[in-house]
Amino acid sequence: MATFSTNEFKPGLKVLLDGDPCSILDNEFVKPGKGQAFNRVKLRNLLNGRVWERTFKSGESLEAADVMETDMSYLYSDTEFWHFMKTDGSFEQFPADKAAVADALNWLKEEDVYVVTLYNGTPINVTPPNFVEIEVVETDPGLKGDTAQGGSKPATLASGAVVKVPLFVNIGDVLRVDTRTGEYQNRVR
Amino acid sequence: MLARVRGFFADRDVLEVDTPLMCHATGTDPHLDALALELAPGDRRYLQTSPEFAMKRLLAAGSGPIYQLCKAFRRDETGQRHNPEFTMLEWYRPGFDDSQLMDEVAALMGVCLPAPMLATDADIPRISYRELFRQYLALDPLAASDDELLACARGYTDPGDMTLSRDDLLNLLMSLVIEPQLQAPVFVIEFPASQAALAQITHDHDGYPVARRFELFIAGMELANGYLELTDAAEQSRRFAADNRQRQAAGLPVREVDNRLLAALNHGLPACAGVALGFDRLMMLAAGAGHISEVLSFVADNA
Repeated sequence: MATFSTNEFKPGLKVLLDGDPCSILDNEFVKPGKGQAFNRVKLRNLLNGRVWERTFKSGESLEAADVMETDMSYLYSDTEFWHFMKTDGSFEQFPADKAAVADALNWLKEEDVYVVTLYNGTPINVTPPNFVEIEVVETDPGLKGDTAQGGSKPATLASGAVVKVPLFVNIGDVLRVDTRTGEYQNRVR
Repeated sequence: MLARVRGFFADRDVLEVDTPLMCHATGTDPHLDALALELAPGDRRYLQTSPEFAMKRLLAAGSGPIYQLCKAFRRDETGQRHNPEFTMLEWYRPGFDDSQLMDEVAALMGVCLPAPMLATDADIPRISYRELFRQYLALDPLAASDDELLACARGYTDPGDMTLSRDDLLNLLMSLVIEPQLQAPVFVIEFPASQAALAQITHDHDGYPVARRFELFIAGMELANGYLELTDAAEQSRRFAADNRQRQAAGLPVREVDNRLLAALNHGLPACAGVALGFDRLMMLAAGAGHISEVLSFVADNA
């Protein structure tokens, strides 16, 4: 496997650190007037999401991590795994465990496309699209005539997420939601 | 800015010199990596990492006070404040000690930088390396154990399991923790003797050996590094040898020592103080630039 030296560290590069795949977020070269130079490197551990800063001696190197981000559509879940399929026509399927789908769990909809991060061929993370359109399965009845402003109420979506929605929303409506903030955008139909 | 610097030295009768960029020998400093090139097959030259050795040969030959504005080259140094090819302002003052040279550096800053950056037209204050660590880290850098230094470093960053010598630890704390906080101009003096480089060594008032070396910091950035210069050829040979032992231990190529420099020191280098200043960084300060690329015509990636 290839290795990368500190001077090749760039945002987005995936490396192995203490056995875990990590994504480099930032790399700063620091050198005293005389003496050892260092690189302060901001990393995200791709297995647990932890972001922290680590210091390396300049010139040290790390092994590349076999990490790939691939578009896949969500198929179904059994009790243990959530199953995804590549969209490149290969029909190749991958089971993702609960830890891997954690970020997307609230926003899963069959046949929608997600970015699945594979590490050594196994899904370690599933990223939902920024916006999803999902049907409301439970909410208080809509108030007639209240089509625009006014208060809000909770609504449960088919994916299990609970979002704050305007009072006019009814069961069966399809809503557009921002997955980064969990905020209601608009009613699609 | 170049004209201002030249005017400053012309007024003070310091001679501008121009020494070769391609040299037979390079420094032994384990933390400086020179770029090598082949003049002819098997005939290796190094691009200078600083004009220090050549200028010291001129001093030994009786040049008197000299300065130089030149390019210097260092491998694998790229960052916010580093470009592998950069401009250095270096000057030597026979008969000056380090304190007198700091006065002159401060005077040059007065000429080159906008007044508000220097706060007052009074002298730039000086603080010992030891006092600095006490103030910013509540730690005595000369007396603390290696374990105490490592524990302190762990409070600021995750060094993983890398092996750090005592000087590595001090450098890490200095560059990561203290330097960014040195916003107002300040000279740091009395470096630990282990970081003397080419400076003479003396003792502080508690009897700890310290180097007659100073660094100027402005706006959280190291700008200049100066010495009361080592003139003893035998001591210079010992430091070259010590550097090379450190290189060997670190698996780095051993550098042939510059015998031309040693010959010049043997002939007699006048008592002098010298300083090197990063000209591009001076430009960054004057222009309020956050990245060195803002003051270079073309950075290394685009040269």
